[in-house]
Amino acid sequence: MFYGYGGVLLTGVWQTIQLALLSLLVAVVIGLAGASAKLSRSTPLRLVATAYTTLIRGVPDLVLMLLIFYSIQIGLNQVTDALHWDQIDINPFLAGVLTIGFIYGAYFTETFRGAFISVPRGQLEAGHAFGMTGGQVFRRILFPQMMRFALPGLANNWQVILKATALVSIIGLSDLVKAATDAGKGTFNMFYFMLWLGAIYLVLTSLSNLVLNKLNKRYAVGVRGAQL
Amino acid sequence: MTVIETLQTYWQAYLYNDGSQMSGLAMTLWLLVLSLAIGFAMALVLATARVSQYKALSIPVRLYSYVFRGTPLYVQLLLIYSGIYGITFVQKTELLGMFFCNGFNCAVLAFALNTCAYTTEIFVGAIRNIPYGEVEAARAFGMSWFTLYRRIILPSALRRALPMYSNEVILMLHATSIAFAATVPDLLKVARDVNAATYQPFTAFGIAAVLYLVVSFVLVYLFRIAERKWLAFQAPAGR
Repeated sequence: MFYGYGGVLLTGVWQTIQLALLSLLVAVVIGLAGASAKLSRSTPLRLVATAYTTLIRGVPDLVLMLLIFYSIQIGLNQVTDALHWDQIDINPFLAGVLTIGFIYGAYFTETFRGAFISVPRGQLEAGHAFGMTGGQVFRRILFPQMMRFALPGLANNWQVILKATALVSIIGLSDLVKAATDAGKGTFNMFYFMLWLGAIYLVLTSLSNLVLNKLNKRYAVGVRGAQL
Repeated sequence: MTVIETLQTYWQAYLYNDGSQMSGLAMTLWLLVLSLAIGFAMALVLATARVSQYKALSIPVRLYSYVFRGTPLYVQLLLIYSGIYGITFVQKTELLGMFFCNGFNCAVLAFALNTCAYTTEIFVGAIRNIPYGEVEAARAFGMSWFTLYRRIILPSALRRALPMYSNEVILMLHATSIAFAATVPDLLKVARDVNAATYQPFTAFGIAAVLYLVVSFVLVYLFRIAERKWLAFQAPAGR
C-alpha cells in the first residue's frame, strides 16, 4: 500500500508526535510562567510578558521559526569563535522543540491569564485563611479550577501546535511531512502520498479531539449546566 | 553588511518589486485580499447550507470544514501544488494544467479553501446565536427564505461575527507566509533570498517580522474601528 515507504512514514508519525508533545510541554511551562508574570505586581515583569505576547502573536510562526532557528546557531558560532572553541552544532530536533515551544508559549500565556482571572478571588483568600502555603493554594485550589476555564483554549492551542509541526520540515527536521514528500518523490506519486499525509494528520487531530473531550468531562466534574 | 545597508539594497524587494515581478509585502497583501475575498463569498453560501435542516446540504459542508480544519495548511498547499499537477490527467488537460502549474494560483486556491472552512464555522456560530424571536418575527411578516437571510439573519450575524473574523484575518495574514512553498515571491520568500545572499538570518528575517508586525497592528486597528461602528448596539449603555 505504501510502496515500501510504510516504515519511513511510521517513523515520521512518531517524530511528529514527539515534537508536538515536547513543544506542548515547553509551551505550557512558558505559558504558566508568562501568565504569572502578567498578573504579578512587579511592573518590569508585566512589561516583559506583555511585550513577549504582543510581539510573538503579531508575527507569523513560520517567520519566527526561521528567525530563531537560524539565529541561534549563528549567534552560538559567534560566541564559540570569540572564545576560540570548536563549533557546537545545535541538535535540530531540540532547537525545533524550543522554537515552537517559545512561540506557542505566548498563546498559552493569554489562555492561562484568562483562566487565572476566572477563578474567584475569594476561593484563594479562603485557602490562605486555612493556613495553606502559596504552593498548596496553587495545587489544591487555583490549578484544578483554572484548568476548567483553560481547557477549551488549551484544546485549540494543541490543535494549532500539532498542525504547526508540519512546518518544521522547512527548517530541515525529518518529520511526517518530510517522510511523505520523500516517498512521493521516490515513487513519482506525489498526489497519493500527499493524500495519505492529510489523512494521517486528520486521524491525529481527531484522536486528540477524543482525548480532550474526555479531559473536559474530567475537569468539569461538579459543574452544573442548564438543561436546554 | 549592516542592517542599514541591507535595507538600502533590498527595500524594494521587501516592499513591492524584486526587479522582475511583484514581490514582498505587496505580494503578501495581494494573496491575502484575494484568498479572503474568495473565502468570504464561499463561506456565506456554505454557512447557510450548514445551518440548513436538509441533511443533504449540511453534511457535505460539515465534512469539508472538518477535513480542512483538521489538516495543516502546508499539507493542503503541498497536495494542491505538488500533488495535483503530478497527475497525468491534469497535465494533459490544457486548462487544468495551465492553472495548476502556476504556484500563485495554487496558493490562492489552498488559502481560499482553508480560510473558507474556518470562516464558515465562524458564520455558523453567529447565525445560530441570533435571538430566535427575530427570526420568528420575520417569518410572521411573511418573509421568504431569501428575504429572511438578506434582511434579518446575515446583517445581524455578520456584525456579531466581526471579532472572530478579525482573528481569522490576522491568522490568514500569518498563514500566507507559507506561499513560498509554491514559489510565490511573498514577503518571507524575499527574506529567505536575502538570507541566502547575505548570511544574516537575524537581519533578513527580522525585517520581514517587523513588516508582518506592522500589518498585523494596522489590521487590528482597522477592525477595532469597524467594531465600534457596526457593533455599537452591543456597547454598554450610557455612553
